[in-house]
Amino acid sequence: MEFLTIQNNQRVDISSIPVLQYEDFSSFIIDLINDNDNHCVNYYGYQDNNQIKLICCIANDTQHVIYVTSSIVDKNSELNSISKKHLSFEKFEREIHENFGINFIGHPWLKPVRYAFNRADKTKTIANYPFYTIESEELHQVGVGPIHAGVIEPGHFRFICNGEQILHLEIQLGYQHRGIEELFLQKKELIQRATLAENIAGDTVVGHSVAFANAWESLCDYTPSEALQFDRALALEHERIAIHTGDLSAICADIAYQLGNSVLGRLRTPVINYFQQWCGNRLAKSLIRPFKTNFPYNEYLSEKWFEVFDAFLPDFNEICEQIFDLPSALSRLEKTGVVKTEVAAEIGMVGVAARASNFNRDIRFSHPFGYYKNESFNSIMGKNGDVYSRSKIRMDEANQSISFIKEMLKKIPNHEIQEGEIINEPKPNSFVVSLVEGWRGEICHCAITDEKGELKHYKIKDPSFHNWLALALSVRNEGISDFPVCNKSFNLSYCGHDL
Amino acid sequence: MFNNFKILYHQGKQFIPDVTTVEVPGIFRGRPIISTESVDVKKLQSVCPTKAIGENPVSIDMGKCTFCGACSIAFPTKIKFTKDYKTASNERENLIVYEGVETPIKFDPNKTRKEIHSLFKNSLKLRQISAAGDNSCEWELNAAGNVNFDMGRFGVEFVASPRHADGIVITGPISENMAEPLKICYDATPSPKVIILAGTDAISGGIFNESPALNRNFLNNYKIDLYLPGNPTHPLTIINGILGLIGKK
Repeated sequence: MEFLTIQNNQRVDISSIPVLQYEDFSSFIIDLINDNDNHCVNYYGYQDNNQIKLICCIANDTQHVIYVTSSIVDKNSELNSISKKHLSFEKFEREIHENFGINFIGHPWLKPVRYAFNRADKTKTIANYPFYTIESEELHQVGVGPIHAGVIEPGHFRFICNGEQILHLEIQLGYQHRGIEELFLQKKELIQRATLAENIAGDTVVGHSVAFANAWESLCDYTPSEALQFDRALALEHERIAIHTGDLSAICADIAYQLGNSVLGRLRTPVINYFQQWCGNRLAKSLIRPFKTNFPYNEYLSEKWFEVFDAFLPDFNEICEQIFDLPSALSRLEKTGVVKTEVAAEIGMVGVAARASNFNRDIRFSHPFGYYKNESFNSIMGKNGDVYSRSKIRMDEANQSISFIKEMLKKIPNHEIQEGEIINEPKPNSFVVSLVEGWRGEICHCAITDEKGELKHYKIKDPSFHNWLALALSVRNEGISDFPVCNKSFNLSYCGHDL
Repeated sequence: MFNNFKILYHQGKQFIPDVTTVEVPGIFRGRPIISTESVDVKKLQSVCPTKAIGENPVSIDMGKCTFCGACSIAFPTKIKFTKDYKTASNERENLIVYEGVETPIKFDPNKTRKEIHSLFKNSLKLRQISAAGDNSCEWELNAAGNVNFDMGRFGVEFVASPRHADGIVITGPISENMAEPLKICYDATPSPKVIILAGTDAISGGIFNESPALNRNFLNNYKIDLYLPGNPTHPLTIINGILGLIGKK
């Protein structure tokens, strides 16, 4: 057998994952990815007895299963690159190269990913990143960052321009690296790990903390109650509404539509304040915990939710309709920053940006967990993959999430039933994949325990990991002044990428 | 154009008239109060993710606290979080709340450098530096300037260039990879300049405090003018803290 078939959040024995010779491993993966239903949700390595164990998780979206396979290789070994056949692996291979010094032959360019503190080659530093350059007297370079003009996270953008036109953009990240995967092992208390999970990316608190809670509970063979599953799905959809509203506001700012910026900015306030009413934090930190909730949902909160959205919806739809009907706004949004469906597929885009390119990647639909298992869920798809599509889909998804929550609130499960006995002891020698559709897209956490049931390795993948390349490709041949609105239309995470 | 007017009219008044007295809706975990009741302190300390609880006397360091409320849920009669969002101070030690003390957080204007009051009272332009911040404090700093909180009414704004700034606001635990850009940005800001730390991660490292990927040396070399606790720090904490710093209240 070349692979193990599992489902989202299914704990398996680590020894049940087949270990293949690298050549078989890579050709097997290449064959799998040739099928359009399959995509790689995580491919990473970790140190195992002085060797490197590579684990690859390929999700099949129509069968709703995940194929897991592995290989053991030496540090500093030379392996044939998978990226040569499937470009969507280029970032994964770069990460493995950076961490362990493994050389992938045929990879386009094994550039550093994030300059992790435990990288293999410490002589490579963030100040000496090897940018792509073109020698020509007619071209010029524009460097932006790491510190940007607005109040946002750091990252460096290097443009090669012909006049005002962008020929090439390279995005260099790593400034945000906090060693978070290592901290998951260092910090032993569950509350510490839950806190780490909600600080992976402060704009995706619910997404990442649900991914962690699901992974941890699966390791402990614990099935969360209906009430917990309800709370998590509700929080995920509510987070989606909040951020999509804020993103639309930011997109308006970048096309200089002040009214849209202000109205949508103020409309976001009651949505995030609702999280505060629920759990005491506007970004939902402290809301999601494994095994339990400190803030059980109730009728009063449900009434408040309807109050908030009865006021929100007419104003939200009024301003959105205006934006998508305004010639001066449309001229900035339409046909700007296009990512074609074929490109999205080739580079392995995920989430809302992929769907805007008419490329369906949606974990709620393809690998549902908890509450989503019982709901029929249809992803909203965009058409053209331009800034317009990425904006319009945000309006539509916000509306979809609002309807979804309205349906949910018709039947609130009883939160007073005592949770089953909680045994906070992860099973030994286990492996689990936890997939969640955050507002940005597919979040993947993979956990491995040792023979004592201690966490041995924790791997986090934010949707931004794939989508940063999409942003870089989308701005080619655009005017450099359109970069900000393209960037906002993706709104990718720096800290989620840098970890 | 008429549509735009209609939309404008539909907004009504959105700004908070008085950001120094308004009450926060719903649950808010602001300044904690600790009763003098005797409890199992070791057990109390064990529920805290960031070791923010001290003993003899029992205390909570808001510079380390993530305001998750776990301690007040485990020991509801010992610890309560009030809705007081004025948790900022110009001195690090004032962020520590001791048992039996229920007074507001101390903010001694005499401890603020004189030139800050005289120069920045009516206009303070800040350059924000996210040094491995998780984008939550950055969010709230942006929100402080939106139409609801409208920090701009006090002449406080964020600017694009350090050359135009009167000081810097640092968020995040300061990664090794951001240590140099942070120093360059600080050096590019003209003197006199203020340094503000926003959020638990910036003040103490927060949940990241023992990470080998951080480099917090910058903080040892300069005087910090204002600490804004929170995870993330609330816009009302930000605005009231800054008003305290520039001597406007």
